[in-house]
Amino acid sequence: MISTALIDLWNGFGVALEPHNLMWCFLGVFLGNMVGVLPGMGPLATISILLPLTFGLKPVGAILMLAGVMYGAQYGGAICSVLLNLPCHPPHAVTCLDGFPLTKQGRGGVALSLSVMGSFFGASWGITEMIFLSPVLVRVALQFGAAEICSLMLLGLLAGSTLARGSPVKGVAMTVMGILLGIVGTDINSGTERFTFGMTELDDGIELIALALGLFGIAEFMNSVNQQAAVDTKYSNVKFSDMRPTKADLKRTIFPTLRGTIIGSLCALIPGTGPTIASFVAYATEKKVSKTPEKFGTGMIEGVICPEAATHSSVQGDFIPTMSLGIPGDAVMALLLGALMIQGIAPGPQLIKEHPDIFWGLVASFWIGNILLVLLNVPLIGIWVKLLAIPYRYLYPSALFFVCIGVYAANNDMFQVGETLVIGFFGYLLLRLDFHPAPILLGFVMGPRFEENFRRAMLLSRGDIGVFVERPISAVFIGLCALLIALQVYVRLRPPKRSAEEVAVETAATEPIAQGGLARATARTDAPQH
Amino acid sequence: MRAAREFAGRPSKDREERLLRRLISKRDFYAGGMLILFGLGAALKGPDYGSGTLMHMGPGFMPTALGVILILLGIAIAGTAIATPAGVDERILPDHPQWFAWGCILAGPLMFIIFGTYFGMFPGTFMCIFVSALGDKTQTYKSAFVLAALVGVVGTGLFAYLLQVPMPILTWPGAS
Repeated sequence: MISTALIDLWNGFGVALEPHNLMWCFLGVFLGNMVGVLPGMGPLATISILLPLTFGLKPVGAILMLAGVMYGAQYGGAICSVLLNLPCHPPHAVTCLDGFPLTKQGRGGVALSLSVMGSFFGASWGITEMIFLSPVLVRVALQFGAAEICSLMLLGLLAGSTLARGSPVKGVAMTVMGILLGIVGTDINSGTERFTFGMTELDDGIELIALALGLFGIAEFMNSVNQQAAVDTKYSNVKFSDMRPTKADLKRTIFPTLRGTIIGSLCALIPGTGPTIASFVAYATEKKVSKTPEKFGTGMIEGVICPEAATHSSVQGDFIPTMSLGIPGDAVMALLLGALMIQGIAPGPQLIKEHPDIFWGLVASFWIGNILLVLLNVPLIGIWVKLLAIPYRYLYPSALFFVCIGVYAANNDMFQVGETLVIGFFGYLLLRLDFHPAPILLGFVMGPRFEENFRRAMLLSRGDIGVFVERPISAVFIGLCALLIALQVYVRLRPPKRSAEEVAVETAATEPIAQGGLARATARTDAPQH
Repeated sequence: MRAAREFAGRPSKDREERLLRRLISKRDFYAGGMLILFGLGAALKGPDYGSGTLMHMGPGFMPTALGVILILLGIAIAGTAIATPAGVDERILPDHPQWFAWGCILAGPLMFIIFGTYFGMFPGTFMCIFVSALGDKTQTYKSAFVLAALVGVVGTGLFAYLLQVPMPILTWPGAS
């Protein structure tokens, strides 16, 4: 079992180290890092904007590049949070709490170099988990019938939508909306055109890229325009020489890194609790075990490293259900899975068997990519710091152009640019009504497969809806769904009795900027990401 | 819950009126309302596609079911709007509505579509960036122009030459 995994991994390294694949991986990490550093560009926006670049590639190259974009953007976001106090991605909200004070003390470079190491360690652990857990999971999942897959998807959808931020009911509503949007187009079973309103361009359904760029591009620009003062780069002048940590720093970070990694990997195992929750739990834990909890928020290096390690460990862990079961835990994973589907690869437990080059190549490229990330960030920090200073008034029009040309280039079709425009407007409306659009993507990607499996399950059971609770495995999943809903209801109905710390972490999540003492860019905090 | 108790002692007409006023000042009321509208649309249109039976589901089954779920969720969200006390941030519009900037951002892709279709990639790019850039309060016509020209040249070079996007760089309506 272990030996086969290692042999497969060896082959994976063979795939990932092929010159052109290595190049795509490097390009992905580099571009992801570059775009991710830009203030206001979270991983979702970065991946969506760079997604069209991968359409011309072979599936392996495309997914390697996109994965590179993802963790590049993730790390770029950390730079932005630590140096500018601008969290573009919710998991980084807690990174700001201690990261920015460190920057003010002139130790931002150290915080960054140590967090790159912490991230690398966390990610490595997550990758190792992926290597050994995925084959096991696949072996189990291959026994699943339509009913089991259906209940499992239901669990995934529920977890993804209720455990994300904001109201769980609204999250579920957005998921349902996403499934409905996924229904648009020709029905695969009967050929009926659904909700196309006579537009032949909609026969193939709404394009993933149009949806993603509308929701995380246009809507996001509308949300952020004129909302922030000029970015304050007073403290962010970090040079290469500032990045060398002292021995004492290194010693201090060993245990926080380990703790963060473990927390992250545990959070990854629970469906739906992605990197955001992992980083919050990590910060709270670190504060609890610290001998000087009162110093947190004033620039404790532990408060930066632990959440960063947790985030990366949990992100890698999130790949496990995404790749082995075809069930993404959050919108970022849904986007990556959607990109694979655009390449004509069906997600699900059969993926590892049918496309071992993709799966194992991806796993191997994670390591290569994470090493590249370390190698890139140390010498290039000076350039990234310069990028931080690009004003938003230059950024968003250029990004808007990338959105337009990207959507057009996907199918050489102007109609889809219009589609993106409409979705963007609609997405901004949703943001104003306090919905988080990320679950839409989750529902959109999973919806068609959910419907297909539901229909099949009903056909096999001769129309008996009880099949979902009669089959034991399926019943367990349904039970977990019920438990999840019951827990949510319990949490809502329980009188709000929270410790001061929980409140602090929560306010940090919703108002990271105010916490840092800089009242700007409040709109950023409603960023529709995860 | 608290709201219900608060209103219990008052005459019913006054109560209804206050309840209504309370409701329409809530953001969640509109959020729920929007979901109900979408749900109604899906649930009413769904059966047209043929619902089939539970064993042989038609293409209309899922949309109808999802529409009904959406309506129920909408009712739940709008319903909780009554029960919760007035929140801090119930306004739908932000503190400083940016109508002009929003218009500019939405006009950007529109310009790309129009100019891109009739005049080619460079004019489309230029107009898209120029128009959307005007939305920023600190932007001047000059800086928007320079930005549009610069990104237009670089972007056209990148996408037309390097990535081979099949779109004429410069054309004229009627010319082919």
